Amino acid sequence: MKSLISIMGLNVSEIDSLMALADDIIARPESYQDAMRRKKLGSLFFEPSTRTRLSFEAAMLELGGQVLGFSEGMSSSAAKGESVADTIKTVSCYVDIIAMRHPKEGAPLVAANNATVPVINAGDGGHNHPTQTLADLFTIHREKGRLDNLTVGVCGDLKFGRTVHSLLEAMSRYAGLRFVLISPEELKVPSYVKQHLKHNAIPYDQTESLAEALPELDILYMTRVQKERFFNEADYIRLKDSYILTPAKLENAKKDLAIMHPLPRVNEISVQIDKDPRAVYFKQVLNGKLMRMALILMLMEATK
Amino acid sequence: MNIDTIKNGIVIDHIKAGQGMRIYDFLNLGELDCVVALIKNASSSKTGKKDIIKVDRVLDIDLNVLGFIDPNITINIIKDGERVHKYHPELPEKMTNILRCNNPRCITTTEQELPHVFILTDREKDEYRCVYCESRAPALK
Ligand SMILES: [Zn+2]
Repeated sequence: MKSLISIMGLNVSEIDSLMALADDIIARPESYQDAMRRKKLGSLFFEPSTRTRLSFEAAMLELGGQVLGFSEGMSSSAAKGESVADTIKTVSCYVDIIAMRHPKEGAPLVAANNATVPVINAGDGGHNHPTQTLADLFTIHREKGRLDNLTVGVCGDLKFGRTVHSLLEAMSRYAGLRFVLISPEELKVPSYVKQHLKHNAIPYDQTESLAEALPELDILYMTRVQKERFFNEADYIRLKDSYILTPAKLENAKKDLAIMHPLPRVNEISVQIDKDPRAVYFKQVLNGKLMRMALILMLMEATK
Repeated sequence: MNIDTIKNGIVIDHIKAGQGMRIYDFLNLGELDCVVALIKNASSSKTGKKDIIKVDRVLDIDLNVLGFIDPNITINIIKDGERVHKYHPELPEKMTNILRCNNPRCITTTEQELPHVFILTDREKDEYRCVYCESRAPALK
């Protein structure tokens, strides 16, 4: 019985199989509409995350399965002091597969160690969120037809943004990539991530200028620059506009650039860009659901 | 009492001077009722000064974890008054309930009964990480 706790728990060929399966779901949706008939997903959200929960639940429903669970820890057994292990042993009696979100880092691993059904980490604090990375990888695959030989820009909060760290880590297994790390000085990628890139001999540049980096990019992955990350208001005000993507900045970008964002966005991508065919962040949401469908199928297949 | 005569037990030698008490505390040697000796600042041909610990009992613990405190120590196993084995500790791949994770966001902070498990992630850097949250291990107390 296999679970998914972190993106590095999947090797490249497993990710390829998941993407091939998701491609096939797009091509032949009717073949999958009853694939999870009479199966139940336990949707255990110990902290609220409406987007992720809806994506998992939509994925299971679209496979013909059913969903039960809870969406806030305060109303659940955890609030009464029950351990993750006991909750999971109980829920394992009711469902066939579990998607779990928890505010504490490592909680899904504890769940997987105690479950008798597969567990999918739907986010543990700011630690791992592997299905977001699957959505990101699949989006690049759909837009570019490949995950290698690309120049990938990541922009915004690269210091605390674990979504970006996971994406860089997952992509470091493909050949011919180059990363452009675009952030203010205060929010640069931490040294352990850079060491990981060096260790894998992946070239990267660091810059503070989104406008200068844009023309060479095949992919632009935007993230939010949060005000509370800055030491003082003046720095935030000075910098915030440099990391907002506007139609003017896009003028020099490639015609086939793919603009991604893990969402929710605040103001870092101007809404005027939503109509630009290069904006793929809402496709990314759809791709997230498709990869969650593929993942549920793969994990359930493995338990047969 | 002659502390040189350990019949069945261990001699931990070449401890960096000043570290002996840490190892003494870590192994809870103060709790034992057998002969235990902590020798501080003994002369050493290699480093000038060293600490030595002698315990007249076979300890039921994997002494390799001492490598995390001081990788240069030598462990001598004494049987019937003779040294039967001598080795340098080799960092174990996994340590359970030896280090405690100090990341406040880690699940081990709210689930008291969970074992604290650390995995050796980089042997050259003596780097251990928590199996749950992947935080780096704190120094041994
Ligand atoms: Zn931890």
